[in-house]
Amino acid sequence: MKIVGISGSIVGSKTRSVMNYLSKEIADKYPEAEFILIDLAEYNLQFSDGRNYLEYEGDTGYVTKTIMEADAIVIGTPIFQASIPATLKNIFDLLPISAFRDKVASMLVTAGSSKHFLVAEQQLKPILSYMKAQMVQSYVFIEEKDFHHKEIVNDDVLFRIERLVEDTILLTATYTKLREQKEAQYLF
Amino acid sequence: MEKYRIDLSKGLEFGLYTLGDHISNPNTGKRISAKQRLNEIIELAKLAEQAGIDFFSVGESHQNYFTTQAHTVVLSAIAQATHKIKIGSSSTIISTSDPVRVYEDFATIDLISDGRAEIIAGRASRVGLYKLLGYNLRDYEALFEEKFELLLKINEEEIVNWSGNFREPLNNAEILPRPKNGKIPIWRAVGGTPASAMKAGYAAVPMMLGALGGPVSVFKNTIDAYREVVKSKGIDPATLPVGTTGFFFAAETTQEALREMYPYINEGMKLTNGQGFPKQAFAQGADKRNVINVGSPQEIIEKILYQHEQFVHQRYLAQMDFGGVPFEKLAKNIELIGTEILPAIKKYTAHK
Repeated sequence: MKIVGISGSIVGSKTRSVMNYLSKEIADKYPEAEFILIDLAEYNLQFSDGRNYLEYEGDTGYVTKTIMEADAIVIGTPIFQASIPATLKNIFDLLPISAFRDKVASMLVTAGSSKHFLVAEQQLKPILSYMKAQMVQSYVFIEEKDFHHKEIVNDDVLFRIERLVEDTILLTATYTKLREQKEAQYLF
Repeated sequence: MEKYRIDLSKGLEFGLYTLGDHISNPNTGKRISAKQRLNEIIELAKLAEQAGIDFFSVGESHQNYFTTQAHTVVLSAIAQATHKIKIGSSSTIISTSDPVRVYEDFATIDLISDGRAEIIAGRASRVGLYKLLGYNLRDYEALFEEKFELLLKINEEEIVNWSGNFREPLNNAEILPRPKNGKIPIWRAVGGTPASAMKAGYAAVPMMLGALGGPVSVFKNTIDAYREVVKSKGIDPATLPVGTTGFFFAAETTQEALREMYPYINEGMKLTNGQGFPKQAFAQGADKRNVINVGSPQEIIEKILYQHEQFVHQRYLAQMDFGGVPFEKLAKNIELIGTEILPAIKKYTAHK
């Protein structure tokens, strides 16, 4: 199982900190899963210009191809101006229609205000659904007060991350099995 | 229709097209050489002619996994190797070539082939060639429109006066040689959407519609949109031919056809497009209401006749060599077309 984590912002540290917890959780509990973390702050991505994702070179080509090869995608994102960051939206724009067909997607959201809670529900989920992802319905919402010195100090958040990882892995395994069963019926 | 060399009394024209892809056979993992692939494409054209197929065309693609970048050169070899089958491009990417040179090439092929050449001009679904050939992708639409218009003008006028943004003006330029009968048919290649088809309608030129997969009804909407626009320009849509293109694979039974065809399509799409063809959607391809012409010869006949009833089109182009299909399978398909499919289609669509 190939899981790709995306830390969706080049600003700040909270989302990346959360993705580090996620990474450790996967490595500890599911060592057989292959996990790749893409922190957008570490890459220099161009804006989508409409070409096929295979035609991008350099960092943009690496990031798009890595995401397209994944079985599951875990998206970590902050909320800026009551929306997802442009850097994350650009990732979706770089990929083809139905890019997440046969992939599972789950989300972790960091936010400076509890008022941002529904942004992921109302803005990020519709994008992922449009791109045909199988969604882990619950997401982890983490606020400023849950962090101290770049560490998560709220145990509840840690438990929620644990559950998100479990759900992502289970849904991916289940969905893969479902698809195999369905495809076996086609006789071609 | 005569202007476009189409004789309605003979019924729906049946053609083959290749994109010139050069992909490993997914069943063996082996890829033939570029030389062999090119030779086999020329051989296919000869077999198609012997089977009574009306048209054979070769596409221009400049990215990896393709081998007919110089498609006019390949067509020239086909012109020499055949005698009566019509030949053309599918498509010529006019956006990134000089229309004068393109016209010179096709007029020459028309003379070599004794009046059998046609151009289907398109915009390219992939964009790597803009960089390769020195064009700016931001001019994608403007390049096509300007160059396509010039191509049509050269076809209509022997002495051309023209100026535009993407090449030097032409002042009393005589574009030579002229095709055998003065002009050649020029089609506009169109993707699946009505918006794209309407552009062909505004130009009032024949439309070749890509219809790789999906319900017949969706493509009918696109064709209707094209004809509506033509009509709004005061032109009778019945004077302009419409063609469709799509995947084709015949075998003794539908099950066998689906089983054999799927790996070529799926693996080929992964390599050239970055995403495979979903099995669920492919399974629906067997339904009569779906445009993919896969099945037993009898089922394919029914599908094509159903499409003809819905589209009232004049030409169908089959793509059966995509994804590394070995030559003997292609030869077998051509045999099934020639002996079973073509006679039935002609019988039911010819206007008496």
